[in-house]
Amino acid sequence: MSDDLYQQAILEAARRGAENRRLDRPDGSSTVDNPLCGDRVTMDVCVRDGRIAAVGFRTRGCALCQASTALLADAAVSREPGTLARAEDEVVAMLGHDGPPPAPPFDTYAMFMPARRHPSRHTCVRLPFDALRQVLADATDGGSS
Amino acid sequence: MSGLDMAALRRQFPILEQCDLHYLDNGATTQVPRAVLDVIVAHETSHRANVHRGVHRLAEAATEAFEDARATMARFLGAADKGEIVFTGGTTGAINLVAHAFGNRLAPGDEVVVSLLEHHSNLVPWQMLRDRRGVVLRVLPITGEGRLDLDNLGRVVGARTRLIAVTHVSNVTGAVTDVARVVEAARAVDAAVLLDGAQAAAHGPWDIPALGVDFYALSCHKMFGPHGVGVLWARRERLAAMDPFMGGGEMIRTVTLERTTFADPPQRFEAGTPPIAQAVGMAAAARWIEALPREACHAHLARLTGRLIEGLAERARTRLIGPAGLQARMPVVAFATAGIHPHDVCQVLDSHGVALRGGHHCAQPLMDHFDVAGTTRASLAVYNDDGDVDAFLTGLDDALGRFR
Repeated sequence: MSDDLYQQAILEAARRGAENRRLDRPDGSSTVDNPLCGDRVTMDVCVRDGRIAAVGFRTRGCALCQASTALLADAAVSREPGTLARAEDEVVAMLGHDGPPPAPPFDTYAMFMPARRHPSRHTCVRLPFDALRQVLADATDGGSS
Repeated sequence: MSGLDMAALRRQFPILEQCDLHYLDNGATTQVPRAVLDVIVAHETSHRANVHRGVHRLAEAATEAFEDARATMARFLGAADKGEIVFTGGTTGAINLVAHAFGNRLAPGDEVVVSLLEHHSNLVPWQMLRDRRGVVLRVLPITGEGRLDLDNLGRVVGARTRLIAVTHVSNVTGAVTDVARVVEAARAVDAAVLLDGAQAAAHGPWDIPALGVDFYALSCHKMFGPHGVGVLWARRERLAAMDPFMGGGEMIRTVTLERTTFADPPQRFEAGTPPIAQAVGMAAAARWIEALPREACHAHLARLTGRLIEGLAERARTRLIGPAGLQARMPVVAFATAGIHPHDVCQVLDSHGVALRGGHHCAQPLMDHFDVAGTTRASLAVYNDDGDVDAFLTGLDDALGRFR
């Protein structure tokens, strides 16, 4: 059952997500934990002119969490925060309600479709969204631009 | 090989009839034999009623079954007095009861000793008591192999110690606590001892009063019975000295608009309608355990535990979190895997039909101590066999191979 959950694309993304890619001088950082399993994601952002200029991260999590972190960091650059909120909704719908994959540039999240059968793992995919949402709220509230 | 008729034993568990199921998550929940299921169904279909108040025949029968269950649990724990058995929702409920009813008698500056090894259910209630009452929480360290470091008892137990609350068997390392040394240290300063018996219950029956402790907490769902019920055993004099934890029906003597007087123990601590069928099922589970050939079961589980430990030692990138030997150890085997998160190990093993537990096991301070986000845990029950261990090792090789 798990065969296609751990497909090559996810494993490759997970390897990138396992790297320490913290930013030197972020506008904001946020760390979130999954209390169910102890996974932890830290996200850094730089915001310029209302758009995400750079994303950094460090994870201590499972392959799904690491892969999702890497994909999110790739796709989020040059996007507005509102775009991320829509992407998260689309990922949630894809996983929990058999929705279609998110629109580009978040369409890479289609690789998580096998995780639909494993509801306990959906939070692993969503954890980096939680961290990025939190840090963006802090960074934009702080007037970074 | 073990002296156990494994085929006959396994046939008693309907859930094991599922193909390709290798259930190694017994530390979280054990499966239920048909004998226990039958007792629960019989109770609910023949004697279902509330207890202690009704005079109709169903209520009489339900009360008798409920109080018989109390007597059975007293026997299972070696207690002569069934009035020392308080039914709770489980181990967590039992420990919270003590943290309030005993804890509220403590003064600011009094000390409670816990250990680094504790499940959150035997740590968080004491932290909450600390914050509520100004009690000081002191922590007993552990050894490198995950046992309580009892050589340090003298450093954390002192004149202000009022309670030592530690696990009987670790839910992560499987280490069995040397209770005699804990009791000796407690008695020297006139402190009480609480044991978290959640992981030990399935390996009973026990003679808890002979251990010298004051409180013992267990959950039924880890001893072949239903969820939602457990026991607090406490010495009669301890119960008698404590005020109620929760208020409501069943626990009163008289109530006026101005004041309430309370029932004697154990009813004083059983506010509201108790989990009646669950308690009856728990007693059936205790009887089922009592009927097992105990020595043969222990030998069987020790052999399988040894196979798990040896299998891990033979595989690179695995690190046992717990004692490598079989002495004073229960069949709970946790391990870390370099470069693979426990949830990924568990997910791959699930595809092999092997049910494991991965994560922090409600023991986050212990995970921090070992510098791991979590571990993978295989925990055995008497119905597990060599086929389960074989499937585990095969699945583990698959997981290790996928995440190179």
